[in-house]
Amino acid sequence: MMRDWLYIIPLLPLLSSVLLLLLAGKLKPMQVALLGVGSMGLAALLTLLIGIEFYQQGGEVFQQAVFNWLPIAGAPVNFGLHLDQLSMVMMSVIVGVGWLIHWYAAAYMYTDPQIQRFFVYMNLFVFAMLMLVLGDNLVLLFLGWEGVGLCSFLLIGFWQYDAENVLAAKKAFIVTRVGDTAMMIGLLMLFSHFNTLFIPAIVGDPQVMNDDQLWWACLLLVGGAVGKSAQIPLQTWLPDAMAGPTPVSALIHAATMVTAGVYLIARMHPLFLQVPHILEIVAWIGTLTLLLAGFAALVQTDIKRILAYSTMSQIGYMFLGLGALAFDSAIFHLMTHAFFKALLFMTAGSIIVKLHHEQNIFKMGGLFKSLPLTSSFLLIGLLALVAVPGTSGFFSKEAILAATWQAPTAGPVLWSMAVFGAFLTSVYSFRLLFIVCFGTAHHPVKEGDFSFSSQYVVPLIPLVVLAIMGGWVMLDFDQVFVLGEHPHLPLWLELTPLVAALVGLLIAWWLYFPRPTAVAKEGRLQTFLLGGLGFDWLYERLLTRPLQLIARWNKGDVIDSGYHFIAWLNLSLNELLVMSQNGKTRWYLYATVAGGALMLGGLIWWR
Amino acid sequence: MVALSYLIWLPLIAGGLAWFAENKKSGSGNWVSLISLFGLLIFALVLGVQSQQSGVPLQLSWSWFARFNIHFALMLDGLALLLIVLTLALALLAVAVSWREINDKQGFFHFNLLFSVAGIVGVFLAADMFLFFLFWEVMLLPMTALILIWGHEKRRYAAIKFFIFTQASSLLMLISIIALALIHQDMTGEMSFNPQALQLLNLPPSTQYWLMLGFFVAFAVKLPSVPLHTWLPDAHTQAPTAGSVLLAGILLKTGAYGLIRFVLPLFPAATVEFAPVAVTMGVVSIVYGAVMAYSQTDFKRLVAYSSISHMGFVLLALFSWHEVAIQGAILTIVAHGISSAALFSMGGMIQHRLHSRELGDMGGMWKTAPKMATLTLIFVMAGIGMPGLANFNGELLSLLGSYQVFPVLTIIATLGIVLSAVYGLHLFQRAFQGPASASVADLNGRELVYTSLLAVALIYFGLQPHLILDIPNDVIQQLLAISKGVQ
Repeated sequence: MMRDWLYIIPLLPLLSSVLLLLLAGKLKPMQVALLGVGSMGLAALLTLLIGIEFYQQGGEVFQQAVFNWLPIAGAPVNFGLHLDQLSMVMMSVIVGVGWLIHWYAAAYMYTDPQIQRFFVYMNLFVFAMLMLVLGDNLVLLFLGWEGVGLCSFLLIGFWQYDAENVLAAKKAFIVTRVGDTAMMIGLLMLFSHFNTLFIPAIVGDPQVMNDDQLWWACLLLVGGAVGKSAQIPLQTWLPDAMAGPTPVSALIHAATMVTAGVYLIARMHPLFLQVPHILEIVAWIGTLTLLLAGFAALVQTDIKRILAYSTMSQIGYMFLGLGALAFDSAIFHLMTHAFFKALLFMTAGSIIVKLHHEQNIFKMGGLFKSLPLTSSFLLIGLLALVAVPGTSGFFSKEAILAATWQAPTAGPVLWSMAVFGAFLTSVYSFRLLFIVCFGTAHHPVKEGDFSFSSQYVVPLIPLVVLAIMGGWVMLDFDQVFVLGEHPHLPLWLELTPLVAALVGLLIAWWLYFPRPTAVAKEGRLQTFLLGGLGFDWLYERLLTRPLQLIARWNKGDVIDSGYHFIAWLNLSLNELLVMSQNGKTRWYLYATVAGGALMLGGLIWWR
Repeated sequence: MVALSYLIWLPLIAGGLAWFAENKKSGSGNWVSLISLFGLLIFALVLGVQSQQSGVPLQLSWSWFARFNIHFALMLDGLALLLIVLTLALALLAVAVSWREINDKQGFFHFNLLFSVAGIVGVFLAADMFLFFLFWEVMLLPMTALILIWGHEKRRYAAIKFFIFTQASSLLMLISIIALALIHQDMTGEMSFNPQALQLLNLPPSTQYWLMLGFFVAFAVKLPSVPLHTWLPDAHTQAPTAGSVLLAGILLKTGAYGLIRFVLPLFPAATVEFAPVAVTMGVVSIVYGAVMAYSQTDFKRLVAYSSISHMGFVLLALFSWHEVAIQGAILTIVAHGISSAALFSMGGMIQHRLHSRELGDMGGMWKTAPKMATLTLIFVMAGIGMPGLANFNGELLSLLGSYQVFPVLTIIATLGIVLSAVYGLHLFQRAFQGPASASVADLNGRELVYTSLLAVALIYFGLQPHLILDIPNDVIQQLLAISKGVQ
């Protein structure tokens, strides 16, 4: 059986990562690329073979115990893998899209002297991400969860001698760790009631906890999810995370890691179904985030930050889908988003390289002429993002919107906000397109081969195909999610998002279509939106500064002063007594007399 | 089993030998210490395998002061074995890190190092309260000497502070020990310092409480727990690297060991009564230690405060007295022993190269010392509880177990997860990332070998913690049996 080889899939990138680490400095860039990308290619091939077998057998669940890990008394935790229809899709996205991004990254990073370290992190990331989705217990999931966080930290700060990158890396790690802490408390709660952390055992019997406890446990899991997936209120790290190399943004901050929160909720959904109020919260979080990110994306000038906010907003749609009980559509959108957003990031990466590392869209322009192929890829990615009918993004977004309208946990209010979000998506996407690809060129273009055979282009071709056609795949989740009939809405409801997108296109056209000189506007509102609607400002004052203040104020440890006081008291007493021993007879005599008088006086007094 | 006592005599003899050899030929003391410690490690492992196979702890008991019924009694059970192996392994590390660091009175340095090893091994082996106290004092003196003679700029202050804190608190323990022996005499007509006999005493609650406090203070100072911790940052910062390694790796663990070995079994009812206070101290240590670690700009001082934070988990777990939590405490003891010793050795190597421990003097050192940076990253990640590395297992199990007994306090303790990331990244990034303002030589072959071994140990125990839990399983089960008697 092919599936017995399942453990090899995460093992391949892990081995490659370890090998690259141990051989640090001994390999040529080409060897590094072969090892780093080759291991991913092998893993992709294996995933394909296992996937074929898996679907032939009707998506039957497959469990594989690799080794015993934690001998927790009464509830040992194993290093066990769990392959079902959900993890199969996740694994395919991670390994498939991941492989293409690795391939592209090899070209992108080829001249970087630190390419070997880069691939150590990248391969390690894929391993951790696979553990996250394949783990059959929450501890293993948490291992992957923290592991991807670590790799994200290392890769955001990859160019580590730049203070700004380092700060961004730290911010990403710490903000997500706030979510992780919430998740850890959730784990503690679940363990205290279920006495196990084996996922099938927990989701199989959620009634062990009463609704009140379950409400808290689920809320805490959502806390973990919003941290990783950059949703309100822990979304602030994602735009800054763009400091990393662009392939990293494509892999970690678009296609895989940031969707881990969506996976977590989908994986634990039987718990959430018991407490629908939490799903309402999830839906609201998603909706508010997609609006916030949409507004912020309208005014960004850095191409990667636009894409980052767009990622945030698309994950908002996924959260909305989860909240609207459309778990399958949320995962579907996760998949199509991975295709087109990875494509978008990598085309952006190509443009950035071509323009001598220029990221400001207002310094680009006219790229359809100088970079026709890359620009058309960008166009295709953007069309999928806007959910133009026929592209992959259309199918998944439509499914989420339709579910939203009807779900008891969501409803028309959220639906109309989400449609407005679609309008925003359209505006910022076409703004990006018009400013970057049309008009006059504002920047010298680097010489370089970007034809069909370029390594900058080849890995993108499958993604172009998937961005267009990825929506035709029918994902089957019948064994994971219990779902009702897919809703059929009146035609006007189905058409409204399209109209919204069209209006967005027209507005973008009116505002941004080729002007001789396009410039960024400056204004109070723009600055507010540019900074991500003030969240950073708020957290800085509420959390960062107070902590720093305490740190500065108490560096010397106030508790120690208590002991210093005791020491001082002893020393002073000592000095006092030393003073009395001054060798002057007169002093001794006075002291004796005074003492005698005191005693006598005391004696009389007490009588 | 006479062989047990060799575990104590041999380091003493080796210490004398190393001193002698160093005086004969410079540099030979290193080798004598290294080889003898390695031999001891093998010997301890052989004894351990023997005792594990036979299923009963190896014991030895010679009458010593017959009048007071004091024995020279040693016992090697699972917990003692585990900690002795850890002690000897980290003592090897201590010798390795001071290979070139010590330039003055090398012979005497080795003598002190091995002398303190003998004391620590004695603490873990002692099966008589008087003997335990004796060893408790024996390990203190050479450690004070290590700080006082080979320490850094403020060594006198640090050594005296260390000595006074430990001495004052162990006085309280001595009072408790004597009181216990006398109560035994009152009740049975015979004095006793044997913990097993003392365990059978049926003490009135208030007596139990006060006696327990005497022990608790001594162990809480060693652990250390806030607010009894202030000796530690000074001692660590000023101690030579080998001293820091021994302090963080093992000496702190004697506090935890004492709690497991004496406080919980001897005073179960008082422990349960006192638990909310002790657990609160643990949680305060976790949070306060972490915030203080973030406040520091001195590499070693930062790691010292992080140790306080980590030891808070041990206190939290032990006083929760839940099976999973106790497992977690033992895992944390071993894992933190390795990871903090590793970080202190890194700190020592940096100081040796840069002549500064200030983070402000570092920055971007990855550029010139990538191996050092990578290994430090692993140690820092272990410290902040990255799953897959040993410390995570300890923290997770401590939290899982404690939550069932003290949910609210445990939730506060999880703040440590965020805060550890804050100080851990602060340490790592200030030293190794950012604009490259300091350049240091990368690890040499010797340094690479032992730091890699530590990293491998952290990863191995991160994925396979079975050994750490199987060996002291007898002690865990005894503790649980006692706790059932209380509830």
